[in-house]
Amino acid sequence: MKAISYTIKQAFSQLGRNKHMSSASIFAIMAMMIILGIFFTLMVNVNLVAQNAEDQFDTIQFYLYDNVTDEQANQMIEKISKMEHVTEAEYITKEKAMTIMKDRWGEKSYLLEGLSGNPFPASIEITADDIKYEAGLVEDISTMEGIEEVKFYKEVINKLLAITGYIQTGALILIGILIIVSVIVVSNTIKLTVHAREREIHIMKYVGATNWFIRGPFLVEGMIIGIIASILAAVIVGLTYYKFVDLFSSKVLIMFNSGMVPYTFIVQNLVIIFVALGISIGALGSILSMRRFLKA
Amino acid sequence: MIEFHNVTKKYGDNVAVEDLDFTIEKGEFVFLVGPSGAGKSTCIKLIMKEINADSGTIIIDDTEVSNIPNRLVPKHRRNLGIVFQDFRLLEKKTVFENVAFAMNIVHKSKREIKRQVPQVLSLVGLESKVNSYPNQLSAGEQQRVAIARAIVNNPSVLIADEPTGNLDPDTAWEIMTLLTEINEKGTTIVMVTHAKDIVDRMNRRVIAIEHGHVVRDAEGAYKENESH
Repeated sequence: MKAISYTIKQAFSQLGRNKHMSSASIFAIMAMMIILGIFFTLMVNVNLVAQNAEDQFDTIQFYLYDNVTDEQANQMIEKISKMEHVTEAEYITKEKAMTIMKDRWGEKSYLLEGLSGNPFPASIEITADDIKYEAGLVEDISTMEGIEEVKFYKEVINKLLAITGYIQTGALILIGILIIVSVIVVSNTIKLTVHAREREIHIMKYVGATNWFIRGPFLVEGMIIGIIASILAAVIVGLTYYKFVDLFSSKVLIMFNSGMVPYTFIVQNLVIIFVALGISIGALGSILSMRRFLKA
Repeated sequence: MIEFHNVTKKYGDNVAVEDLDFTIEKGEFVFLVGPSGAGKSTCIKLIMKEINADSGTIIIDDTEVSNIPNRLVPKHRRNLGIVFQDFRLLEKKTVFENVAFAMNIVHKSKREIKRQVPQVLSLVGLESKVNSYPNQLSAGEQQRVAIARAIVNNPSVLIADEPTGNLDPDTAWEIMTLLTEINEKGTTIVMVTHAKDIVDRMNRRVIAIEHGHVVRDAEGAYKENESH
């Protein structure tokens, strides 16, 4: 306990003595965390869009010739249901297709009333347990008798998944670089404090202080810098995102047919990520900067 | 107490000490003399385990120094008080804090520090300067603070590296009197010095080192001229 309170007191007095450098590194780390935060929010939102798209487009429609009877269709369903990777297979009759269309058109559905007969084909709609098996299923099922046309969104989804992948990889590389830069920034700040106290460290070593006793205050100093920076960054990114959702959420909804990730989720995660990252960056930075001084 | 057996330390091709061999008994007051670069500082660094010998053995308090693992070096140093020519006090701390600092390091309680520090300061004759800062003190007084810091944790050996180097003769002699008092209380003292007059006047054991070798080990005077 004595040692802990001594360490924390020392750390704060060092921060105070070194105001300019401390605030400079707080700002530098904060800036990098804000960039990181922007990428994080971008990433989770892109993921959400991709997820929604996948959910929407993961069905495959097989349109049937008009001469296929209900009995035949049901036999086909039975067969398809037994196939591997098929989670759902539904028979949509001509009547049902009409109802769905009426629903979709809403108040303009009266336009459909005027049609002579029912122009919509019956279809079989299947869902695969993974998007990657869809192509195979399409190939197998298309050979069945009675199928006129297949409709599925492989291309769209694959493109979407590829883009998401690029964004994620890019963001991760950038985040890695930012973290390294931050560690260097902190370690330089601490190095200055260490220099200012080199004499004291030397004396401490001669009197028999352990390396951890000497390192402690610098370690805590680095961690405090990291924590302050991370809280500031979380607040800034959180508030900005809150505003952004407020302004653009409805437009995004229309554009991508999907909402935005709620800001509470973003803020909670950012606080956890930033604080953990801030503490690690601060600690790592100070340990690196002290290595040379603690030899022998 | 302190034993050097055939100790050799080289820095590249430079021989710092070679086949150094001497023993200092508990309670002794020994001068380590010799010209600059003779290897005196190397001896101190070896004792403190700031550096390691290339060969030979150094035994302090029945422990072979080369066997002390790195994590136990601080503990080893707590048994050795050290005083430097330039005092090495912390300018922003008071006299009390400078001494208390050494006790903080070994996790002594506030109560112990409050009791022990004034005692040591009165031993070195500075009880009235407790709240002064180093720059308010004379050189002699600063060295007394450094001595107080070195002995506050009751080390069994006090190493003094040219402790009178920055002091005028009268002040230097006061410091020698203080060191003698500390020695009489049982602390072994090893003092590295150039000061011939002091060594002659103290009339203690003198180990003279030149070019990394012990050239003379006898009671009495510095006798620098005889070693040539």
